[in-house]
Amino acid sequence: MPWTRDDLAARAAKELKDGFYVNLGIGIPTLVANHIPAGITVTLQSENGMLGMGPFPTEDEIDADLINAGKQTITELPETSFFSSSDSFAMIRGGHINLTILGAMEVAENGDIANWMIPGKLVKGMGGAMDLVAGVKRVVVVMDHANKHGESKVLKACTLPLTGTKVVNLIITNLGVFEVKPDGSGLKLIELAPDVTLEEIAEKTEASYEVAL
Amino acid sequence: MKSDMKVYPDAKTALEGLAFDGMTVMSGGFGLCGIPENLIAALRDSSIKGITVISNNAGVDGFGLGQLLETRQIKKMISSYVGENKEFERQYLAGELELEFNPQGTLAERIRAGGAGIPGFYTATGVGTIVAEGKEIKRFGDRDYVLETGLVADLSIIKAWKGDARGNLIFRKTARNFNPMMATAGKVCIAEVEEIVPVGSLDPDSIHTPGIYVDRIVQATFEKRIEQRTIRAKEEA
Repeated sequence: MPWTRDDLAARAAKELKDGFYVNLGIGIPTLVANHIPAGITVTLQSENGMLGMGPFPTEDEIDADLINAGKQTITELPETSFFSSSDSFAMIRGGHINLTILGAMEVAENGDIANWMIPGKLVKGMGGAMDLVAGVKRVVVVMDHANKHGESKVLKACTLPLTGTKVVNLIITNLGVFEVKPDGSGLKLIELAPDVTLEEIAEKTEASYEVAL
Repeated sequence: MKSDMKVYPDAKTALEGLAFDGMTVMSGGFGLCGIPENLIAALRDSSIKGITVISNNAGVDGFGLGQLLETRQIKKMISSYVGENKEFERQYLAGELELEFNPQGTLAERIRAGGAGIPGFYTATGVGTIVAEGKEIKRFGDRDYVLETGLVADLSIIKAWKGDARGNLIFRKTARNFNPMMATAGKVCIAEVEEIVPVGSLDPDSIHTPGIYVDRIVQATFEKRIEQRTIRAKEEA
């Protein structure tokens, strides 16, 4: 059975390590915060200017001055710090964030990622996505394996305008996990979701990959 | 200087003599958090036209920068994300509004650089994407970087929590965002604050924006609209 949204978040949470500073994108990546393994300390960064993001507030804790990058109300923790947008992106661009987990429309076998615009459709903007993929040490993509037309989102080359080139390290889809080889020579299939077969992966993946289960 | 010469009674008066057609304005805030609500409304009431606005977002329909879109006072936006505004969408699709997307970190750094007298800088953000098209690429070590330019404006309007009559400012929580950099990058900066406190009552070690960057300051009241009201259930005691 392919992984659900929650399974995907749980699998992505295995990439977290003790002491990591992490930026989570909007959508499934946000759910990763619910699966932080017990016994490890992870500090969540929100690119609008906060380190140490707490859970959503209760009704009486709501504070309009305290939101995350998705513009959702949020809370602070004892270790929280606040800073400006330029400080926030200095952290990101300067390689101080250990890991980012993002959604994507397409990922290519060389680590290219497209997740911000579809030509001909209304473009909302890239926000901080280009800075995150260019600056964060390890970039993990969490997404469905295929788009709503059933076409592979794991490609030989992206067809949509790029967010970054050769930046993705790991791709977690509802069917399995691929490592992007650091030398740019392609993908390695390292894990299958329960009951997903190699045949199914082969049928639904446009990119070339080696199997290393 | 007179000790209270930077203090203005309201946003409209604070804007006097500064607004003109075709000007460039930086406006602080992230989403609707930490936006200069009152100065945006004063800009709308000034009826100036053809404004280029540098702001991370474009407000929502009828609030924040959405008010200036409704009155068609904005000619161009330089932003990183503009997804929350139907009127924006309509004007953009109709070709009535110019739009320049910058990656959020590049936008923040362009403003910081502009205010710090740095005309350009190289960043890896956007290399190999349409953002880098037509721009100089330079290799440092084993990586390519794109040349981005500093940004300045005729006026920056920002929002802080507390300020004093000398223009020293303190921001609150995530309402800081783009405000401190924008304070440095406008030829003139007006700050609106929730409270003007006596000079000497802010801890000098805790001042986020030193008064040198702030030309005018006004105390105002704020609606502080929330975009995504997300809550969790209260734990049982």
